[in-house]
Amino acid sequence: MNHDVIMAGFGGQGILMIGNLLAVSGLRQGLQVTFFPSYGVEMRGGTANCTVTLSDRAVGSPVTSRPFGVIAMNEPSVAKFGPRIRPGGVLVWNASLVGPDAFARDDIRSVGVRCNEIAEDLGNAKLASMVALGAYVAVTGVVDVARIGEALSEVLPEKAHKLIPLNLDAIEAGRAAADEPGGDGHG
Amino acid sequence: MAKTFEKGNVAIAKAAVAAGCKYYFGYPITPQSDIPEYLSGVLPSVGGQFVQAESEVASINMLLGAGATGKRAMTSSSSPGISLKQEGISYMAGSEVPGVIVNVQRSGPGLGGIAPSQGDYFQATRGGGHGDYRIFVLAPSSVQEMYDLTVLAFDLADQYRMPAMVLADAMLGMMKEPLDEWVPEPKAFDKGDWALGGASGRPGRRVKSLFLGDGELAEHNWRLAEKYREIREKAVRVDVQVPDGCELAVVAFGSAARIAKSAVDRANDEGRRVGLIRPITLWPFPTAEIREVAERGVPLLAVELNTGQMVEDVRLSSEGRSPVTFAGWPPGYLPSPDDVYGEIARRLAGGEKVA
Repeated sequence: MNHDVIMAGFGGQGILMIGNLLAVSGLRQGLQVTFFPSYGVEMRGGTANCTVTLSDRAVGSPVTSRPFGVIAMNEPSVAKFGPRIRPGGVLVWNASLVGPDAFARDDIRSVGVRCNEIAEDLGNAKLASMVALGAYVAVTGVVDVARIGEALSEVLPEKAHKLIPLNLDAIEAGRAAADEPGGDGHG
Repeated sequence: MAKTFEKGNVAIAKAAVAAGCKYYFGYPITPQSDIPEYLSGVLPSVGGQFVQAESEVASINMLLGAGATGKRAMTSSSSPGISLKQEGISYMAGSEVPGVIVNVQRSGPGLGGIAPSQGDYFQATRGGGHGDYRIFVLAPSSVQEMYDLTVLAFDLADQYRMPAMVLADAMLGMMKEPLDEWVPEPKAFDKGDWALGGASGRPGRRVKSLFLGDGELAEHNWRLAEKYREIREKAVRVDVQVPDGCELAVVAFGSAARIAKSAVDRANDEGRRVGLIRPITLWPFPTAEIREVAERGVPLLAVELNTGQMVEDVRLSSEGRSPVTFAGWPPGYLPSPDDVYGEIARRLAGGEKVA
């Protein structure tokens, strides 16, 4: 397998956090992984993206122009990365910030999840990206959800470990949302 | 110990500590500041010293001083900062002082930008400082190699008493990969006959690069040349994956080699036969290994994140035995495997004239 996914959104939405988390989950599952962040003159409210590649052989390029998957947390990210998805790939988009007519392709699986509302219902708006990751992992099966739980304690700083159960709730809520019949936005 | 998941820059910093580096001198610059950030926290706790100098010029001269005492020491910077260090590197080469210099390349010329680039190949391998000298140039291509080659750089610098450069770039510095933080066996390098450490009870020594005596400097240069000849013979490292029957071999180093690897894999998956040659030491360059492939008649395609630098060494290595072409991307656009694949496909279709 060679699974590459681009995650993108506003700076501060936790994009690099979920990228790191997916990569470490893959590593602990015995996969070869690479995490490549966009970086530069970026700030809270600007744009952020990263590419995560998981493979059962040595990863070649850490960058990709045609990813299998995209997690898009805002509309500019859907517009920029949606068209690049390989046929048969997966788009998880944040239906809280992206309208249903923003993007349509019939050769990929497109899953809209109201990440912001789900996160707010859980009591913490910062969990929106974690909801999206839960949906993405549920749809693709790229790693075991159990591995994400293990990876959280590695990725989160010690002082945030009390938030691990809440993060797991967000991932579970994302999985459940992706399973709902209405969860498929344009698929 | 289980593998950690680490940023390339941090892998370099951890490798320096593991290799017994106790002294770091530097000045912050994107995209390598993770290195001083990490070492500022760790070196004091292992009995070392971290100095944020007032400039790049100061930090390379501090490295010269620390190296002259025989202690393991390092500086790091990124392209514009490395330009400022060139005078000190020349003095280290001339004085035969070991030391490790890390260049996490950004883009130029001038202040350029902070995007990944391989624009400093000439500067690193030809020497940006004055005089007839060489330095080791090691080109990692993964986070693990950022670690492994930094450890190696310290050993080579000590073994041959000269500067060793780790030439990375913004992509390798910022990306994260699994890392095996192995602990090298301490190697004993005898520095007893030249290192400065106080002359109590023995005659004084001088570590210098000024030779004004009649014929003295020529003799010094010839001795350096002999050392460089020996290194070319013994210290080349290259990964050659060119099976028999290859129609083309890509030559690429560092991050470009990673991108090229995916393109080469795709071509082979599609039933073509394309090889990959990845120089790990850029100086000494794997001239004989590339010539061997050229002698088999395999056309060579140099792929770089610049407008054409290493390709000159590939041509010199081929000595006209097989055609050499070039594909490159200057900073500001990071090529994808598809871009490199497109260049491979054009060569296989015979669409590229030999430059």
